[in-house]
Amino acid sequence: MFKSKVFHSAILVVFISIILSGCASKEELCKTNITVWHWMTDREPAFKELAKRYEAKSGIKVNFDLYAPSDAYSQKVRAAAQGANLPDIFGILGEKRDFASFIKAGFILKLTPYMNEDNAKWKNSLFAKALAVNEFDEGNSYGVDSGIYGVPIDIMTIQMVYNKSLFRQLGLNPNKPPKDFTELLEIGKKISAAKLQGLVSGWGEVWMIDCFANNYAFNIMGKDKVIATIKGEVSYTDPDWIKVLSLFKDMQQSGLFASGLVTMVNKTAEQLFANEKAVFAFNGSWCVNVYKEMNPKLEYGAFLPPQASDKYPMAIWGGAGSSFVVSARSKNKEEAVKFLRWLTERDQQVYLAEATNNLPANKDSLSKIPDILAGFARAMDSATHPRVWGVSEFSPVIEAFDKGIQSIIIGEKTPEQVAAEVQRIKERELAKKR
Amino acid sequence: MKVKSALESYLLVLPAVLIFSVFYIVPFFSVLQLGFHEWDGILPTKIFVGLDNFKEIFADKIWWQSFWQSGYITLIALTFQNVLAFLLAWACDREIRMKNFYRVLFFIPPVLSEVVVGLVWQWILNGNYGILNHWLTHFGFTNLARDWLSDPNTALTTVAVVHCWKGFGWGFLLFLAGLQTIPRELYEAARVDGANAWSSFKNVTVPLMVPVVVMVAILTILGTMQVFVLIYTMTGGGPGYHTEVPVLRILASMRGSSRFGYACAQGITFGVILCMISFVQLLVSRKAKN
Amino acid sequence: MQSTIYYKAKKTTVNLIIHLFLLTVGITCVFPLLWMISSSLKTQETIFKDMSIIPKSFHFENYYHAWIEGGFGRYFLNSIFYTVAVVIGIVIISSMAAYAFSRLRFAGRNVLFVIFMAAMMIPIQGSFVALYVLLNKLHLRNTSLGYILCMINVGLSTSIFLLKTFFDKMPKELEDAARIDGCSKIGIWWHVALPLAKPVLAVVVVLNALNVWNEFILALLIFDSRPLMPLQVALMTFQGEFVTRYPLLMAGLTIAALPIIILYLLMQKYIIKGVTQGAVVG
Repeated sequence: MFKSKVFHSAILVVFISIILSGCASKEELCKTNITVWHWMTDREPAFKELAKRYEAKSGIKVNFDLYAPSDAYSQKVRAAAQGANLPDIFGILGEKRDFASFIKAGFILKLTPYMNEDNAKWKNSLFAKALAVNEFDEGNSYGVDSGIYGVPIDIMTIQMVYNKSLFRQLGLNPNKPPKDFTELLEIGKKISAAKLQGLVSGWGEVWMIDCFANNYAFNIMGKDKVIATIKGEVSYTDPDWIKVLSLFKDMQQSGLFASGLVTMVNKTAEQLFANEKAVFAFNGSWCVNVYKEMNPKLEYGAFLPPQASDKYPMAIWGGAGSSFVVSARSKNKEEAVKFLRWLTERDQQVYLAEATNNLPANKDSLSKIPDILAGFARAMDSATHPRVWGVSEFSPVIEAFDKGIQSIIIGEKTPEQVAAEVQRIKERELAKKR
Repeated sequence: MKVKSALESYLLVLPAVLIFSVFYIVPFFSVLQLGFHEWDGILPTKIFVGLDNFKEIFADKIWWQSFWQSGYITLIALTFQNVLAFLLAWACDREIRMKNFYRVLFFIPPVLSEVVVGLVWQWILNGNYGILNHWLTHFGFTNLARDWLSDPNTALTTVAVVHCWKGFGWGFLLFLAGLQTIPRELYEAARVDGANAWSSFKNVTVPLMVPVVVMVAILTILGTMQVFVLIYTMTGGGPGYHTEVPVLRILASMRGSSRFGYACAQGITFGVILCMISFVQLLVSRKAKN
Repeated sequence: MQSTIYYKAKKTTVNLIIHLFLLTVGITCVFPLLWMISSSLKTQETIFKDMSIIPKSFHFENYYHAWIEGGFGRYFLNSIFYTVAVVIGIVIISSMAAYAFSRLRFAGRNVLFVIFMAAMMIPIQGSFVALYVLLNKLHLRNTSLGYILCMINVGLSTSIFLLKTFFDKMPKELEDAARIDGCSKIGIWWHVALPLAKPVLAVVVVLNALNVWNEFILALLIFDSRPLMPLQVALMTFQGEFVTRYPLLMAGLTIAALPIIILYLLMQKYIIKGVTQGAVVG
């Protein structure tokens, strides 16, 4: 009998609390002036601090709401767009095509007029490459009204890092990372002879393979030819593309790749590199912070992926790390833009860079960052990004390309086979579009 | 009287039907509708494309590969996982010491977060410093040592084994609950009749456990065909397409490619096939009963 | 006399083999748990460097930091509230329906049951946006009620299936007796069927509690206000976009696993009919 009483009262408590909690949630919304949705877990405390400073300065309360992981965040933003519940400020994850869709659907405020105020003061304070990611050119292939639609709050580059003490162990000069691809392969042979592990990276999350392959595509055939391929004017079976794919076979055969690289997630790769279990890593500028926390004594240096050809310069992915946009339907548009402008001012950018070890988007804030991070910042000159190319490759083609490279690494397919397969899918997608 | 009785019956199912209709059937119809459209998940315009999405699914080799692969994992789960679960349940049903202790141990894997499971198994299976390879080399099976998760020959089976390990606790629980309901007197009676352990198992345990086995089998199929979190954390579907499963493909269409309509069509195709499989299974088990 | 010794020896050997088998499987199960706990006591630097199960120094403060930084207090209560509400809802609603499907004859019974079963087959990932739009229209978005109803729906089909299988096996005599005593159908469900179904109800409770306790994607989608979020969302704080703070994450995961393990221990005695003579409680 006692048990059933407990049961009954539990039900009662539950229903009362449902009713109460239903009422409570509505009041809180009125106090807030600006709501920001973001996915950047590591920056949450810094954002909270900045929000406090902004409230002290302007009296406007900014609410940073964190929704992590980024997959869930991305779904939330899309769902909110369907229900017309987008916050004042948010970020869009995904490809430029998705960004374009958000703009075309009228969800995002165009920021060009604000950027150009006072002789383009705001615009000029930011890295041009970081802005380019949020920009649509005149006559772009997405059919979006040209202009700037997002504000970069930090930048990033993705390049290679090497472990200096393992270099010494291999009898190499710890201050001389490999300059060209042949040198890299030679080191690969030494690594496998010494039974060490070579390159680690998040190649199980396919986008990092894509990034690496694109670097070499730019190096071997130049930007124009890569973009011509995306437009469908050059075939993936072109000898240059086969050369790009063959690089992976060469690297595999030289023993450069760490075991398990094809299915490795980036966090595992970071663990291994930080604990001196791998000679090379291919990673983004955020790694500085990760390595510092896991192993402060790690001796390492950053370098551009070694050239495989001297016809064209090496390119790496880089540009805006994270960007914010303003909702076009927000009631506080002006206030939201003002806040973003304040956020990208020098002092706030320096604070963000120091607190989170990310590269600031504001050009004047670069002076006060650690040396290795500055190395990543200098690589900005070689940086490019699919989001600034003006055209997007079809996702099934990207997938076939990246997964094809995995197949090459595990020795299942030849570069020629992968190229033919990718081209077949490319033609199928092109036919569908027509 | 009859009207009142019927009303009472409906009253019992009403809450379930109500919640189900609002939160399942209504969204289901919008998913169904989206399956006939091309939509990127963002734009307000949806283009009606008729059966195009479904036609594409039928020609999508990777989709079917992922389907067979989840079928393979399910097969391993049905045999290996359930046999293991049954054996453990049977052992714990006997009068042995520490059985309560074991019962708690076996339920640990289902409770653990996928993050921990992924990290620990990666540590065990890693090609370079993994414990499994360490032991294999130690005992002289050097040629067996490999990179279990990125070798195309072993990746799928390895993932399947980890999945079985994570899930056998549920089978164990249900089998144990089933075994516990078999009256002890039946075993006594069989012993008095001169039956040995094997024949009492065959004649007493097995017939009484058939409904539970069928239920566990159905739940295993449903659970395993829809597996993805563990695979996503362990291999991301790689190397190549060797550990892709249907739900990962649906998520890839939805998040990666922004092809919402196609993703919905994939989900529906998947559901219809699963329904057909369960229907056949039900028919077979009914025939077996008669 | 001889045969007794033989019998005893045989029994001991068989038991030894069984113990060996159980222990081997048991060790693989307990190892990740120990790893999680031991990792929760290490630091970010030592966690992947020092792989031993017993850490060199114990950093119990990780639990404190995890609790404070994750804001566990609030989320913990939320999660308990959601779990209790959803589990009670599912137990009542699904056992009523399962009882009706199993025992009562009414028009549309089979069709309804088949529809419920079909719902288990279709992966829910595709329907999130549709669900969101629906909740928005019903003004249930960003409310606990909306989340609870959604989660009840998620667990409904499987629970009905489990319970119906059990009710089908249950002897009818007791119910007949109750009917003669003038009990209504609802009365029989409450007074006879539910108490008899305790073992399977315990399984349903554990299954659904675990499901709700670990859920966060739907919660992130439905809730805009942070104070309404469940515990798993707090755990995400430690798994950064770039930096994962492993020791805090492991401490958080250990804290989060505790209530479910306790619940399982509580429910165990209903699942097992209580034949504990001669057994040593572990």
